[in-house]
Amino acid sequence: MHWLNAVAIFMMITSGWQIYNASPLFKFSFPSSITLGGWLAGGLLWHFAAMWLLMVNGLFYLVFGLITGRFRKKLLPITPSGVIADTKAALTFKLSHDDLSKYNNVQKLLYSGIIVVGIVIVLSGLSIWKPVQLQYLTALFGGYDFARYVHFTCMALICAFLVVHVLLALLVPKSLRAMIIGH
Amino acid sequence: MGRMRSLLIPGVDKKLLIRDALKVMPDLARRRFLTGGASLGALTLLTGCDVTDSFSADNLLTKISKFNDAVQALMFNPDALAPTFPESAITKPFPFNAYYDLDDAPEVDGKTWKLEVRGLVDNKKPWTLEELYKLPQVRQITRHICVEGWSAIGSWTGTPLRDFLKLIGADTRAKYVWFQCADKDGYNSPLDMRSALHPQTQMTFKFADEILPTAYGFPMKIRVPTKLGFKNPKYVLSMEVTNDYKGGYWEDQGYNSFSGS
Repeated sequence: MHWLNAVAIFMMITSGWQIYNASPLFKFSFPSSITLGGWLAGGLLWHFAAMWLLMVNGLFYLVFGLITGRFRKKLLPITPSGVIADTKAALTFKLSHDDLSKYNNVQKLLYSGIIVVGIVIVLSGLSIWKPVQLQYLTALFGGYDFARYVHFTCMALICAFLVVHVLLALLVPKSLRAMIIGH
Repeated sequence: MGRMRSLLIPGVDKKLLIRDALKVMPDLARRRFLTGGASLGALTLLTGCDVTDSFSADNLLTKISKFNDAVQALMFNPDALAPTFPESAITKPFPFNAYYDLDDAPEVDGKTWKLEVRGLVDNKKPWTLEELYKLPQVRQITRHICVEGWSAIGSWTGTPLRDFLKLIGADTRAKYVWFQCADKDGYNSPLDMRSALHPQTQMTFKFADEILPTAYGFPMKIRVPTKLGFKNPKYVLSMEVTNDYKGGYWEDQGYNSFSGS
């Protein structure tokens, strides 16, 4: 699930940049060398193909996490004092990595947060895709134009998460092994 | 893209043809062609397709796009109206958008122009602008959404297409209404019948209560607020009621054909 998601996210982000470039929201565009699809039509084809992988895989992940109690077990509880203590420990390199199956408070917070961002990016994406058929969803995101900003912001948050996520995984090499073999 | 279609020769294997064509391509063009295909590698890996055959990835994307056509047709609710807006929400100035400059927009002579009606209809009589202007008209303020992502709100006035289709005795069980336009290179676009019969789909003669200016498609535009902008053809010359999928200017270049909003 993790690696299917990684592939889907990679394709969604790079094809999304291609689509963004056709009508940028801000005063910058993404270099075409890091976008997927070659031109707008290609980017759209990739985006609307990879969305199925992202949504089906993501739905399985959510259902699995909720039914098995995995989310509750691994991501809760998150306490403010715990987050502060673990952040301090992390910044002074005192965080324990003895038991990788147990998340610290910062991990819990980030992983829960990114799940929420994942849900919001899919819903805002649907609201941009179908602003007539799903107009109530679009209205929920503040209308078509505003939903584009929501969608973009979620993408930026995922990119920021990915930077930290990949960096930390590389700093704690044994976690990579766990990610690859699944436990 | 008529160019592509005219390249297809019945009885000739497309893949073999392309392989042969690749051999005679200049090196740089070939490399660009191949890297375009190679970037599709990720998805081929994922689905277990033959990675060396880059065309299968292209085919796969096309197949998924067709699947998305079907999904969108399922999602399409013929009774769901596109949101309408107050006068104050109208975008000013409303953008002109085409694959050519405004200077190159077709200048149609409204006095000699006639709307051709073809295909599965009882009455194939062509219509002058004067005759069309006499049909009952309605006004809508809706959001035009471009495939590029931007949107703009405008006010369009004209005759509901479904009323006109009824008037000419169109077979509304047919699959498409296909429009041909006066744009250079011959713009055309198919519209699925259910969208054509949607109450807000309109043969538009006025923009902001004025006769449609050249920029927005004089003498007639088809306004479909349940579709992306490129499915709203301007400078319409003819409409054909048909069961055949005849393709479209952007659709043939890879843009999703249903492109509903």
